[in-house]
Amino acid sequence: MSDQSIRCECGHLNKEGTILCEACGKPIEGNQHIDGNDEKHVLEMRYEGSARRSQTYKRTFIDKTWAFFSSVKVGVWLIAITLVLSALGTVYPQEQFKNSPLPSSQFYAEEYGLTGQIFYQLGFHNMYSSWWYITLVALIGVSIIIASIDRYVPLRRALNNQKTKRHEVFVKRQRLVSKDNELNEDDVNKLKENLKSKRYKVYEDDGHVMAEKNRFSRWGAYVNHIGLIIILLAAIFRMFEVMHVDDYVWVREGETRVIPSTNQEYYVENTGFVYEEYDPETQEQFSRALEDVEDPVPKNFQTNAVIYRTTEETLPGQEPELEEVTRGEIRLNQPITFDGYALYQAGTQLEAEYDSMSFDVQLNDEVLGEFTFYSDEAPPEFHLEESDIMVSVDDWYPELEFTENGPSSFSKFPRNPGLIFSVENPDTGDSERFFYLQEDIIPLSEDNELVMNVTGVDRRSASGLTVKKDNTLPLFGLGAGIFMIGVVQGLYWYHRRVWIHPKGEGIYHIGVHTNKNWYGMKQELEKITEDTNVQEFEDQQELK
Amino acid sequence: MDFYVLSSTFLYITFFVYLIATAFFGMTLGNNRDENKKSKATKLAMTFTIIGFVSHLTAYIFRWIEAGHIPVSNMFEYITFFGLMLVLCFIVIHFVYGIPALGLVALPIAIVIIGYGSMFPQEVSPLVPSLQSHWLYIHVTLVGLAQAILAISFIAGLLFLIVKVDQTVKNKETTFLEIIIYAVLSTIGFIILSTGFGAMDYEATFIKESDGYQYEVEYEMPALFQPNNSELMTEDHFNSGIETPAWMQGIDAGKKLNSLTLSLLAGLLLYGLVRLVLKGKRVGSYLQHKFGKINPDVVDDVMYRSIAIGFPLFTLGGLIFAAIWAQEAWGRFWGWDPKEVWALITWLFYAVFLHLRLTRGWHGKKSAWLAVIGFVIIMFNLIVINLVIAGLHSYAS
Repeated sequence: MSDQSIRCECGHLNKEGTILCEACGKPIEGNQHIDGNDEKHVLEMRYEGSARRSQTYKRTFIDKTWAFFSSVKVGVWLIAITLVLSALGTVYPQEQFKNSPLPSSQFYAEEYGLTGQIFYQLGFHNMYSSWWYITLVALIGVSIIIASIDRYVPLRRALNNQKTKRHEVFVKRQRLVSKDNELNEDDVNKLKENLKSKRYKVYEDDGHVMAEKNRFSRWGAYVNHIGLIIILLAAIFRMFEVMHVDDYVWVREGETRVIPSTNQEYYVENTGFVYEEYDPETQEQFSRALEDVEDPVPKNFQTNAVIYRTTEETLPGQEPELEEVTRGEIRLNQPITFDGYALYQAGTQLEAEYDSMSFDVQLNDEVLGEFTFYSDEAPPEFHLEESDIMVSVDDWYPELEFTENGPSSFSKFPRNPGLIFSVENPDTGDSERFFYLQEDIIPLSEDNELVMNVTGVDRRSASGLTVKKDNTLPLFGLGAGIFMIGVVQGLYWYHRRVWIHPKGEGIYHIGVHTNKNWYGMKQELEKITEDTNVQEFEDQQELK
Repeated sequence: MDFYVLSSTFLYITFFVYLIATAFFGMTLGNNRDENKKSKATKLAMTFTIIGFVSHLTAYIFRWIEAGHIPVSNMFEYITFFGLMLVLCFIVIHFVYGIPALGLVALPIAIVIIGYGSMFPQEVSPLVPSLQSHWLYIHVTLVGLAQAILAISFIAGLLFLIVKVDQTVKNKETTFLEIIIYAVLSTIGFIILSTGFGAMDYEATFIKESDGYQYEVEYEMPALFQPNNSELMTEDHFNSGIETPAWMQGIDAGKKLNSLTLSLLAGLLLYGLVRLVLKGKRVGSYLQHKFGKINPDVVDDVMYRSIAIGFPLFTLGGLIFAAIWAQEAWGRFWGWDPKEVWALITWLFYAVFLHLRLTRGWHGKKSAWLAVIGFVIIMFNLIVINLVIAGLHSYAS
């Protein structure tokens, strides 16, 4: 691009595409259409009439792309499209929430009919991780970056180059003006004093006065956009698996298990699971609400956990040596943390498994002995010392189910244990068989003389814990923090300037600009012009 | 002392005091009334507003004492809290700007919101484990406050539209304004129906069959739509025999559709009555005449300011603190749960509002319509997401 700088009559050299001279503010001929100043009286001051690349060069493909993304209109459209799509994505549950064994290809059509089918076919069931949604967000990111650079650089240059002495046209074409005031020296001094007391910095040059405050507020928009860019970068980093850990582990009471996704380095022991419910008797204030619900309302899900670390590399098959790292209670809202990892209370299988079952064996109402079967050990036989008889375990079904081929086990977890025992009758020497299922004993022959009873069962809970580690959190936090600072900086302070322009012979124009909050500016002007001869300000752009 | 009963009584009193305040705000209008009378009416209206607010706050505190935790854990509690914040914001705005006409929009809206909230079960419920966190105090209350501030922009926007929409001929804008008024009347219709049939202890029981299970569905209003695949068990109760379409999910889908339809019909009836009283005149046109002259620049400023304050607070409470709590409770700061998505939508929408206003100069009516849409989004997130699209955040389950 060729450099076609424009020299203003005040002597300042402006870049090509400048609308208002950076130094004196005089409108530069031929460029007024860019900001629409040719059609209205009040000068467009949003970017100080500076030369923005997007408005100046429109020839090459790069120029056009730059101009496209730097447009706020385009940005707003991108946000609006994202907004509408996001909303459509909540019409039916996302795939991850569908909570059904059916595959998505059937689920949406069967549950919701034709609209569900359309929802699925459009890929809305996986919207927020789909390539087009991510692309849309990425385009917003590009728009934020380009739009910010396009404005920030020339705006900063214009504000740095501004001179105290402005062109008359510039002052008169501000939104708030008071023209042709007859002011004496006292009036001008009083004005300067008032401006200073309102924390304006007052500059003077050849009788011209410029008062300015809170210029930093102009940078708020760019600061908050930097915050958003950092958040988007964090989201990109998070797409890489190495940046975060997301896993799940079930630990039974009394069990110690390796924590997945920690390179076999950490172990967790569940020393006890606590489940509590609200009791309408002891907490009377809730009695009305608790009466209405059929199921009890849970009060606490808690895993008492101990975290261990292996002391050295363990070979496969070798028992690891563990040292305690930390211990504590994991509750909802209270994860346990260690070395950047966190374990969250996420699921429970309340007393879902049988830890042990105790039995006794009787003959003619005389107890021959007692024994306890521990599910995890599952010994093949027991020796009852009192009577010196043997009980052998013929079959062990941790999760009993009956199939066409007879009893079998659905899994290796003792959720519904079934046992078949053979007990030797000391009187006859015969072997008698018993079936244990569902906390009851069924003799397998009517001739059995021995009697077997269940004397007790001990159940255990399993606790589901999510394992999390996220290295991107600090970056997200930083982005959010910077965003908030930028928003506050831009919204709660206002960049205000007042120009007192001498026309000669004691006649003055006063022009006022604020980047926001004209209502507040008008109120401040009343204070500034107090006890002076300044006439009322005219708002050249009032709402009708 | 039964704090629960005390709390309910104070809420009841609040309701009536706000009504009285509204009546006094009504007296501040009129072009012919002299300034002296107007300012007297304004003073009385503000006095009653503040009395109402104190009573409302008392009701809230008593409930807090009774529950032992901050009452923002179900629909009734959250909506009353939202109403409380709305009135607080209005009081603050009044002392900054002093526009009595704003009170005439703000208070009726607050009354309708509190009334609507009161239709939900009011029992004090215990906190389930997922809500047992200090973030409940920070996240939920800040969102409530931020949404109330954003609602002020809707109220200012509505006032702006009432005054500024061209009522000489029927056009798109007058129609939309009538729709807003109709929506408010329908909410009032819902409150009247719920309270009326509630007082009569109306209860019609249906047995609904779904996936081989039988469910009991109890209607507290006459059944215009009975549940899909159901049978009325309580004889001598009205039943139209029209079934709720099967594609509407959930056991209570029929009940919700029924309440919604009846409310909309009641709203239509109320709207018709109002039009009849006004001799066919559009309600918006009548209001415009009544409200008279108002400085549009100031109302426009209220609208912008409330978003300038509400937007950062919403970002902080509804997104940042929400994400921190989600990280602490579930180990993921963002999970695309419907409520989270709608918080993002709210945020995006107000971001659009600010961009259009600050860089494209959308002031006045354009801004006012956007403020109305923003409020619709907030209400959608509060009502539809909780009652229809259930998720992790659902109060209704």
